[in-house]
Amino acid sequence: MPADDVMIRFDKVVKRFGDNVVLRELDFQARPGEHVTLIGPSGSGKTTILRLLMGLERVNGGTIQVGDEYLSHMRRGDKLVPADERHLRKVRRRIGMVFQQFNLFPNMNVLRNLTEAPISVLGQPREQAEARAKELLDMVGLAEKLTANPAELSGGQQQRVAIARALAMQPDVLLLDEVTSALDPELAAGVLDVLRDIARSTDVTLLCVTHAMKFARDISDRVLMFDGGKIIEDAPPAEIFDSPREARTRDFLQSVIET
Amino acid sequence: MFDNFELFLTTLLRGAPLTVAATGGGIVLTILLSFVAGLAMLSRSRWVRFLARVYVEGWRGTSEVVQLFWIYFAVPLLVGFQLVPLWAGILVLGLNHGAYGAEIVRGAVNAVPRAQHEGAIALNLGPAQRIRKVILPQAFVEMVPPFNNLFIQLLKSSSLLSLITVTEITNQGVQVLVPNYTGQALTIFLIMLVLYLILSLVITVVMRLVERWAARVAGRPATARARVTGELGI
Ligand SMILES: Nc1ncnc2c1ncn2[C@@H]1O[C@H](COP(=O)(O)OP(=O)(O)OP(=O)(O)O)[C@@H](O)[C@H]1O
Ligand SMILES: [Mg+2]
Repeated sequence: MPADDVMIRFDKVVKRFGDNVVLRELDFQARPGEHVTLIGPSGSGKTTILRLLMGLERVNGGTIQVGDEYLSHMRRGDKLVPADERHLRKVRRRIGMVFQQFNLFPNMNVLRNLTEAPISVLGQPREQAEARAKELLDMVGLAEKLTANPAELSGGQQQRVAIARALAMQPDVLLLDEVTSALDPELAAGVLDVLRDIARSTDVTLLCVTHAMKFARDISDRVLMFDGGKIIEDAPPAEIFDSPREARTRDFLQSVIET
Repeated sequence: MFDNFELFLTTLLRGAPLTVAATGGGIVLTILLSFVAGLAMLSRSRWVRFLARVYVEGWRGTSEVVQLFWIYFAVPLLVGFQLVPLWAGILVLGLNHGAYGAEIVRGAVNAVPRAQHEGAIALNLGPAQRIRKVILPQAFVEMVPPFNNLFIQLLKSSSLLSLITVTEITNQGVQVLVPNYTGQALTIFLIMLVLYLILSLVITVVMRLVERWAARVAGRPATARARVTGELGI
């Protein structure tokens, strides 16, 4: 794959927590605009992958690239050294993340949750940021909640605001970590509809961890089955879900369907 | 027992402006130092953390009376001029209570959930922006009740200023009234107690309003625990 056709590249990434080796020389790539879903047993390191990409964790080995830039490292002369905060911020600009627990800022109303970062990080004029925020809230079906506080919204509504907030930063890559698993099924459905819409109508690269298998099948170009710190199967959704090659994938899918 | 009540009251009240000035000035300096040192203790720089730690342990771990004498009597020997007693007093009250306040600020900032930091990082806010726009607005509300206690302690400590000739309430009572009306010392001290109690209630009432404001800023309803904190200055 030529470099300009790669949005995310993990190269022999190692991540440990103490003695617990979570990622063992993980290699994987995603193309611009691709929708990739990560599945795998609890504790296998799916969240860790997203957190590494967001710069919330540091790698212990290997490199991560976003577009043609290193995220984990920066070039100094012809050497690669660990990234400092400034470099991290520069590359982070291309990435957005939606968390399982929403993480909206309770001290800001919905509109300011969406406009704060575009104004103070991207330097957008207030009117522009607010106009864009209104469009995004409209898209997630919450145009009327502009001045509500996060505490006044349902979980599903909060998560839709969180999605809009991430998109307001115009990321190239959107990371979704089990964004519906804290929600009741009816509320989850609304959030998944919003995400389907985003997958269809934008060219953002999606990296998604989910237990919502039907959703994964609908939106994914590729599904990665993840176990023991490695990707053990990498295939289009129809193939993974209908005729998995690996026994562990079959067992995992079986267990997900039963719960 | 209440023969000279009016005389006592007016004499003691003549000290009230200085008590209020010392307490008010001390509180302003305390707030300033609490935030500077509290945030410095959270700095990524080891040196900044170390300096803040030295300040906190130094001022928390030594006697307030000795600090007062030191600033008042020793500093002039070092720098060549004597501070006005009131200013020396405000300086010591602020430096001393700021050391306690720094721990309040640090604790409240640390109590804001990790998820809020991460939400802010994911939006690419810088370290200072994260603190200013996301963390501190949520931390204020946690700080108010302990600061309320601290300010009341500070009010009571202001009576130490009588030792360096500030003619505040305690000085008026102990130096002016009691020597002349020894037989009525009980009455005099009782009035002094009540005056301090009233001032501490004023602090508590103001801090209640501040807490309501802080809860609004944090985006949550006032907590029930506000109701049980320090009403009588304990
Ligand atoms: N901050 C941390 N400190 C120590 N260990 C951690 C930390 N974060 C994750 N781990 C460990 O890393 C491993 C992978 O965790 P991770 O959260 O990435 O798994 P996951 O695949 O997302 O699981 P789940 O499906 O339950 O969310 C786990 O064993 C976990 O205990
Ligand atoms: Mg996880």
